[in-house]
Amino acid sequence: MTAAIEISGLRKSYGDHEAVRGIDLAVAHGEVFAFLGPNGAGKTTTVEILEGYRERSGGSVTVLGVDPTKGDREWRSRIGVVLQESEPDPFLTVSETMRLFAGYYPAPRTVQETIDHVGLAPQAGQRVRSLSGGQRRRLDVGLALIGDPDLIFLDEPTTGFDPSARRNAWALISGLRDLGKTVFLTTHYMDEAQAVADRVAIISAGEILAEGPPGELGGRAEAPSTIRFELPPGVADVELPAVGAARSRAGRALLVQSIDPIRDLNTLTGWALERGHDLRGLTVERPSLEDVYLELTGE
Amino acid sequence: MSGVGIMFHQMRFDVRAQLRNPPVVFFGLALPVLFLLIFGTIFGQAAASAATFIPGITALGIVSTTFVNLAIGLTIQRESGLLKRLRATPLPLGAFMFGRVGVQVGFAFLITAVLVLVGVLAFGASFPAAAIGPTVIVVSVGAASFACLGIALSAVIPNGDAAPAIANLVALPLYFISGVFFPVSSAPAWLTAIADVFPVKHLAQALVAGFDGAGVAWGELGLVAIWGVAAVLFALRFFRWSPGRD
Repeated sequence: MTAAIEISGLRKSYGDHEAVRGIDLAVAHGEVFAFLGPNGAGKTTTVEILEGYRERSGGSVTVLGVDPTKGDREWRSRIGVVLQESEPDPFLTVSETMRLFAGYYPAPRTVQETIDHVGLAPQAGQRVRSLSGGQRRRLDVGLALIGDPDLIFLDEPTTGFDPSARRNAWALISGLRDLGKTVFLTTHYMDEAQAVADRVAIISAGEILAEGPPGELGGRAEAPSTIRFELPPGVADVELPAVGAARSRAGRALLVQSIDPIRDLNTLTGWALERGHDLRGLTVERPSLEDVYLELTGE
Repeated sequence: MSGVGIMFHQMRFDVRAQLRNPPVVFFGLALPVLFLLIFGTIFGQAAASAATFIPGITALGIVSTTFVNLAIGLTIQRESGLLKRLRATPLPLGAFMFGRVGVQVGFAFLITAVLVLVGVLAFGASFPAAAIGPTVIVVSVGAASFACLGIALSAVIPNGDAAPAIANLVALPLYFISGVFFPVSSAPAWLTAIADVFPVKHLAQALVAGFDGAGVAWGELGLVAIWGVAAVLFALRFFRWSPGRD
């Protein structure tokens, strides 16, 4: 089976400005894929080319085996879309809006089931205009889901949300995976990509800088961990056992870069117990997705 | 569902949403009735004046519920991203647009029926059986033409906030110079000449002839239809489905 989305050498220019500068990507069926990058990186341009809204300047794109610029009604019935900004009719209720959209599709899901799935059952009879931002976003996701599509696009689904609404939205996106949907999402939140995506591509200034599972992105799997603790009072760092590849100070804290953190921790804690020292504030950290992202995008 | 089936599906929800929208109900349906009651009371129950101001207010009602309503409604739906969102569904855009026009033509018939009924009952206007056929033709062609003009106007309105002001700025002066509220026989020739160019006056005169049972004023109605066709050509070229921010 071919990939759900295949992009090769994609380019898009607006006048002299090149918003997308040669992107290659493949998204497998059933995968949750996050397109991560700062504002203005070319995320929305790319996703709107995939949705069929924009014409590309160069390269080739297939979405569910079809060139999106030639997508017909049958093709549109197989994709679901959550735009960055769009508002359904404010005077219809949640369930009326769902019924309206269901009627556009050849084989929709049931309205009740879909409302339940996005957690809007208590608001089903409420007018769209009275919904909160988070509830309206849930409705958008419900409307993307109502036609029972194979592939769902989410363009910055949680921008402007408070932390608890974001966590609810993440659970909802993970729920889409459980339904077997392929999900293509754009975001500028690293924790969001980390929380929901099987695979992440980091885009900046129209180019992909890194791609892979969030845990391995930018060589995270191989990169050294950082062991951090406060040096016990009256102890100079030369008295420490030989651990780590490099050391540095940050205030009272000592930072040890370790390629083998299990062994180094064992040595270090054994030494501390033997001498009766306390290693205050001891932590071990792998480089975060944020570190990788900031390093790659140069922000 | 077939394209036609989807169109009727869309229209059902469109009607429901509009009837819950206070400005649409007030300006499109309630205000023309209010105008009729006010002008009817001012001008008394003289049959001669009833024969002009009832069709005049009906023209206003038709223009308001088609032209003004669609110019504002479509602009707001475009700028909110609703139209853009619909493009990503299997809904055929033609079915959507025909449905929107169809609903407004339906509202135009509703307002016409109400105004005629009020005119006959409250002001003793005459509406002979011979008036029914011509009136149906005039309202159908007139409402559809003004609906298309509303779609065309929405293409040049930049955002939702500006929509009510611009649509009314176009419609209100035309109501006055077209003799919708009172006869403009004493108006200067240049003003009459301007009114003659635009379609509101021709719709009003076609309604006068229709209500009178004098048959269809094809010349007047033809001028309205020419505006409608021009609007369709303009809209096909310039109508946008995406918000201005894109």
